[in-house]
Amino acid sequence: MTMHAEASPTPVPFVVNDAVRRKMKHEKIAKGIFATMIVLMLLPLIGILGYLVSQGAPLISWDFLTTNPAKGMTQGGIWSALLGTIWLVIVSLCISAPMGVMAAVYLNEYARDNWFTRIVNLAVVNLAGVPSIVHALFGMGAFVLFFDMGRGILAASLTLAVMTMPVVITSTREALGAVPMSFREACWNVGATKWQTIWKIVLPNSISGILTGVILEISRKAGETVPIMFTGAVFFKKIQEGDFFAYGLNDQCMALSMHLYTVTTQVNGAPRELPFAVATVLIVSIILINSTAIATRAWLRSRKKW
Amino acid sequence: MRAKRPGYAVFAEKGIEWIIRLCGISAIIFVFGIFFFVFREGGPILWEKGTDFRLGDFFTSTDWYPTSMENKRYGILLLIIGTFTVTGLSILIAVPFAIGGAIFLSEFCTGKVKEWLKIIIELLAAIPSIVWGFIGITVINPLIQSWFDVPVGLNVLNASIILALMAMPIMVSIGEDALKAVPDNYREAAVALGATRWQMIFRVLLPAGKNGLLAAVLLGVGRAVGETMGVLMATGHSLNNPYVKLDGSFNPMWMFESCRTLTATIASELGETSVGSPHYRVLFLIGIVLLTITFIINLTADLVVKGIRKQK
Amino acid sequence: MVSKIQVQNLRTWYGEKQVHHGISFHVEPNEIFGIIGPAQSGKTTLLRAINRTFEFTAGTRQEGVISVDGEDVKRVRDVYELRRKIGMVAPLPVGLPLSIYDNVAFAPRSAGMRNKGELDELVERCLTQAALWDEVKDRLDSLGTKLSGGQQQRLTIARALSHQPEILCLDEFSIAIDPVTTMRIEDVLKVLKKDMTIILVTNLVQQARRLAARTMFLWNGEIIECDKTEVIFGGKPADKRTHDYVNGIFG
Repeated sequence: MTMHAEASPTPVPFVVNDAVRRKMKHEKIAKGIFATMIVLMLLPLIGILGYLVSQGAPLISWDFLTTNPAKGMTQGGIWSALLGTIWLVIVSLCISAPMGVMAAVYLNEYARDNWFTRIVNLAVVNLAGVPSIVHALFGMGAFVLFFDMGRGILAASLTLAVMTMPVVITSTREALGAVPMSFREACWNVGATKWQTIWKIVLPNSISGILTGVILEISRKAGETVPIMFTGAVFFKKIQEGDFFAYGLNDQCMALSMHLYTVTTQVNGAPRELPFAVATVLIVSIILINSTAIATRAWLRSRKKW
Repeated sequence: MRAKRPGYAVFAEKGIEWIIRLCGISAIIFVFGIFFFVFREGGPILWEKGTDFRLGDFFTSTDWYPTSMENKRYGILLLIIGTFTVTGLSILIAVPFAIGGAIFLSEFCTGKVKEWLKIIIELLAAIPSIVWGFIGITVINPLIQSWFDVPVGLNVLNASIILALMAMPIMVSIGEDALKAVPDNYREAAVALGATRWQMIFRVLLPAGKNGLLAAVLLGVGRAVGETMGVLMATGHSLNNPYVKLDGSFNPMWMFESCRTLTATIASELGETSVGSPHYRVLFLIGIVLLTITFIINLTADLVVKGIRKQK
Repeated sequence: MVSKIQVQNLRTWYGEKQVHHGISFHVEPNEIFGIIGPAQSGKTTLLRAINRTFEFTAGTRQEGVISVDGEDVKRVRDVYELRRKIGMVAPLPVGLPLSIYDNVAFAPRSAGMRNKGELDELVERCLTQAALWDEVKDRLDSLGTKLSGGQQQRLTIARALSHQPEILCLDEFSIAIDPVTTMRIEDVLKVLKKDMTIILVTNLVQQARRLAARTMFLWNGEIIECDKTEVIFGGKPADKRTHDYVNGIFG
């Protein structure tokens, strides 16, 4: 079969002519423009955050974190605000994390594809889109007044829990969906029940996605202001310094985010650095929490089992 | 010798499955609960006797004097104008950057750079709105004052910049997903026909991904409409129609006027009302208005996304 | 004598698409029953209907009666008990993301077996029966998903044996494994026949010829012919299509 060799065309060499050069230039320009776009978007933001942190950092010390605000909040530290935020996050996480994970398990493992499931999905999407101020109104109308909890950590945490649950639902669902169907079928075939399959195989193998969702939820809760404003957070409250359990479940509390609002807009005569320092604590903790989520995800992905 | 599961295990499993079902439908319960409880507090104003509330004036009047002694007025037109002005301008600012960023991420960027950019964008999306408000007051406020030589930097422009910065990360990541969903063979076909990258993006990629990008923009709008603390701090929060000068003529400098939004009004006034008073109820009614607006936006975005799935 | 499995007038649908058009057959205890037929003729669906995993797929529907040991599978009290009675081996190997040991111990543990000694013994026996024990006995703690394809398929067989089934269904088990291993497993099947009923779904007609006592030819959801293997492969089957298929003329 020498025919073949003879018939094959001589390869066209790649010539860099004007047209190609123009095309490559176009390419470069396009890339340059879009890169500029994203840099223009990100750089000022990072610059601003850097500026805030540089202004606030000098004031931050161990004392700043562990003493109550003093003298009409113009002096002292942020202890009661910090502790309030921590407790709000812990209590609401205890409610929304298990509920969110189970809701995702229902939607991904139990729900059949019918009109009811579509409505549930729609509800999750819309719940995520409800403005925080409306959640605040809901929390006040439902938890504070109707269920008569009064303003306090419990009511505020419940409001936060309802608000941030979609975060966990969405990320957990994504993680559950990534577990291959064949694993489930293999388990059903050997007589495992639905729940045994979920507990032994599906959940352990979607843990990275679930954890990421939960950690993101933490940072979301820590930063919110509006939902807790009318349900449990107060401008000022003095608590026992150094006592981690200084707040009770039904106590009103201070919160970092709310404290930043207060010292920025409501307090006169505070040193210029004070609000910067509060903002820095908030920003740094949220970036740390989110970085933990990203690192966890990367780490757990690296030891994926299939 | 086949083993038998103990009875309690079977029973416990049934219990767990019921709890899961209950949690599964909790989202519906919450959505209805939100409507119910917000309406429960705000609704009675519509039929309560002896208040100065007129439904006709509610949407059309610019008079918002809820605390006036003898002449209470509940017109939210100025607040609606404020909300839509700030939202509109912020979307105008954000869209080019967000779409540009999404295109860069999905088309020009690979490997480590892409990974890091996505991480940074994710981190920025997590910055709480109160911090954005603080940035509006301490950073953008003086910048606007010096650049545009205006006396007050807390205005429509400031709030719009803040909102744009807040909405951008979410718009970029959803927009990138939308562009990623455009099949690779579209791109290959365009390039094979001799199109430059530039032409490929504008003639093929953007038209093919337009639904997803639209959904991204809509979600950005939803977020901007509902944003509270940032706009409360950055708009200046004064009851004012930015488009009208004192003498009643059109104000070309509207961007540098202060305004007030629906969300910020609730946040700043609810704390000072007594439970059950007309003012209190009207604030909840504003909540229902907000809820309705965001619901429509989110449903539209959802339908747009569903439309994409159907086409495939 | 009661048939091990009795299928009467089975009709199944995926949504609007009908898979089986009313098929009836029976399987005797301790026989190897071969099912042959081209792709898309409803072989896998049939197995899924027998152990009732068919109903997990959304939009499916089923009519007719399948009974195992004279009991209608739709009416069994404990469906998990039914599934444990039936060992199922899927065409593509599925190692669960657990250790090799846990892969095999998964089913008995789900059934409530907790005794370590019993489990150890069971795991060893099943892995030996699946011709895998010698290769993995020193690394029972390593992940089942990290085994090679052929090893994973034998692991799947070991797992199917782990709940001591009375019926073993093999669905084209040799797709992913090499001929030598296939032959080893076929030898194992001949031994297992003493303890259990085996349904062998295969697209290798010669495999059915080697192993099965009786063979059924399923085509487009209908039984073309079901008879002793010698008859099916004997050159004079009742239906010409059977002859054409087993001789590779179509399919």
